[in-house]
Amino acid sequence: MLDLPLIWAVIIAFAVFMYVFMDGFDLGIGILFPFAPGDDARTRMMNTVAPVWDANETWLVLGGGGLFAAFPRAYAIIMPAVYIPISVMLIALIFRGVAFEFRPKAGASRKWWDRSFHLGSVVAAVSQGFVLGAFVQGFEVSGGFYGGGPFDWLTPFSALTACALVFGYALLGATWTVLKTTDALRDWAYTLVRRLLLAVILFVGAVSLWTPFLAPAIADRWFSWPNILYLSPVPLITGLLFVVMLWAVATRRDGVPFVCTLGLFALCYLGLGISLWPKVVPPDITIWDAAAAPASQAFMLAGTAVVVPLILIYTAYSYWVFRGKVSDEAGYH
Amino acid sequence: MELDPLLLSRIQFAFVIAFHILFPAFTIGLASFIALLEIRWLIGRDDFFLRLSKFWTRIFAISFGMGVVSGIVMSYQFGTNWAQFSVRTANVLGPLLSYEVQTAFFLEATFLGILLFGRGKVPHPVVTLSAVMVAFGTLVSAFWILSANSWMHTPAGFEMRDGVVHVTSWWDAVFNPSFPYRLAHMVVACFVTTGFAVAGASAWHLLHGRSAAEAKHTLSMTLWLLAALVPAQILIGDLHGLNTLEHQPAKIAAMEGHWETRQGAPLVLFALPDMVAEENRFELAIPKLGSLILTHDLNGTVAGLKSWPAHDRPYVPLVFWSFRVMVGCGLLMLALMLWGLYLRARGQLFESARFLRACLACTPIGFVAVLAGWFTTETGRQPWLVQGVMRTAEGLSPAVPGSSVLLSLILYALAYAIIFGAGIVFILRTVREGPQ
Repeated sequence: MLDLPLIWAVIIAFAVFMYVFMDGFDLGIGILFPFAPGDDARTRMMNTVAPVWDANETWLVLGGGGLFAAFPRAYAIIMPAVYIPISVMLIALIFRGVAFEFRPKAGASRKWWDRSFHLGSVVAAVSQGFVLGAFVQGFEVSGGFYGGGPFDWLTPFSALTACALVFGYALLGATWTVLKTTDALRDWAYTLVRRLLLAVILFVGAVSLWTPFLAPAIADRWFSWPNILYLSPVPLITGLLFVVMLWAVATRRDGVPFVCTLGLFALCYLGLGISLWPKVVPPDITIWDAAAAPASQAFMLAGTAVVVPLILIYTAYSYWVFRGKVSDEAGYH
Repeated sequence: MELDPLLLSRIQFAFVIAFHILFPAFTIGLASFIALLEIRWLIGRDDFFLRLSKFWTRIFAISFGMGVVSGIVMSYQFGTNWAQFSVRTANVLGPLLSYEVQTAFFLEATFLGILLFGRGKVPHPVVTLSAVMVAFGTLVSAFWILSANSWMHTPAGFEMRDGVVHVTSWWDAVFNPSFPYRLAHMVVACFVTTGFAVAGASAWHLLHGRSAAEAKHTLSMTLWLLAALVPAQILIGDLHGLNTLEHQPAKIAAMEGHWETRQGAPLVLFALPDMVAEENRFELAIPKLGSLILTHDLNGTVAGLKSWPAHDRPYVPLVFWSFRVMVGCGLLMLALMLWGLYLRARGQLFESARFLRACLACTPIGFVAVLAGWFTTETGRQPWLVQGVMRTAEGLSPAVPGSSVLLSLILYALAYAIIFGAGIVFILRTVREGPQ
């Protein structure tokens, strides 16, 4: 007998990671947008993500819709708990999303859509960081629904995760820019990568040190023997990636920083999973408690097993079509 | 004053979904139109169609972008504001919505990227294929979302266990009784909406003497399509109404403004339904025609609103008037189509400035009809969220205060006002530039 909740937990974790990584670099582009060296540079940065941002953001819909479908009780607790940051995030995503179409068509109002793109990206990233922090800290539940207040998500810890995620996305955006552009723009991105990397080290370190203090169970999982031995590669590989990135920046290897940043995100995500497993609503509700009916999970799995691989194939094709450095005349406008 | 989270959440849902539906209503038809233009280019390699395709693709991109961002909002509304509804119905609605994302949204988003930015990077047939994929994705999306919505009107294939829906037959749940009618009615509505918008833009070009060859071809093509679809839509609407009479008779009673159950019920043309007095004021009606339409018998029996206790009735004035706005739009469309056919028969389709101005004036008519239709069907289902299974008031999220909902509602209203205003300006600007 298949453990359907386990399979669905893996699928949704995968969808959320795809979102964080893929929309991460295009949100990062938005975060760095006003600091770019000139208007042409901004246009080029936007063109590196214009063909794919929409599909990237679709993973957020799959993450949200998938949570609703596979773990409805978790969806029904978490969403009201983070009502305000989720609403703010959705509105921010609206402002940055429309900027892709509006900015190239705007005349005098262009600078407003620059701001819309930038602020939308920053606010979306900050909101997601707050949601992440609130999620790790856990939610108050009563009678199967959220039982806390409207501002429980706002804590020093969630403020820290919000900062960490903004810098993390900015690093993804900078390394993506290195990968996809040339000349002065790429050089500018390289200098940014070095600075952002230091900021990310600090924030990831701070979040990692703080997390075990949130709950004894988390500290136990990481620091009890022999777990500490099995889990030690996670921080060690993280440290190794930092070193590789500094080397890649120094020797100008355009593809390496992006891949390393992806690795960093994956490791942080893995670390998060290790801390919280198998909770879908920390601190108490597990994936088995919150699961939809087996008949529903099975019905979805039958199609998902076929369709998600297909999505990955044509997504890969789309990235292959738009591979390589982006030239100045990439837009269709 | 105490802020009521239920009322505010209902207003918010009505607002964000009414705003969102405007874009799919336009892009579903437009995607198929673009795919058709691309295929015609591929067959004949006539650049005429390529110019048209590129022109409409630019307009499509603006609308689709607004549809995507307002659609992401929708996928979180159930959780944020309707948590109890989510828990109780997720077993059936979750898989349907999840399949919509997987089989439609990714397809549309990815291939739109190639359609917009891929020219010159991929062989032309791949661009055409991308246009077809986008169009296919929009229709697949309509399939799933209308199945989910129809299930809320005519739930089937399920049983309740501990207050939670459990599916007993996926076939019966997906193809629930109102789904085929609703799907046909909505997809045709989308094509009609796009048709009038495209016809309006072409009429503007002709009136201003721009891109005349392209505009004539587009107008002619669109009017042929509409001449077939508008009467078909009226017929489908009638069938959909009969299906509603069978499964949601209280909705029909509210649409028709019938309070009393009687034989030979009239067709009420105008009235101000009074919920308290349980009667119509200033009623103007045609005797027996209501029964003829609903039962195909002059003396057929039609149930009135008084058959249900007051707390099981929808808010009648809204249902009654939304329905009349929709039907009014339909009749106006039909009149315009007949006028167009008459002009075409006399070979004067492009000569009559009055007809072109009428087409221009009717540019938004499909949107009005779609919104009025959705208001009719959704407010007509009230007080039920899932007909006969769950009331709207039972679906709300606990622990979300009215102040939070008011805040998000204000933010959505401001954001959508700005985005919509700007979007319309950019679309009109693109239309004015015309095919290049």
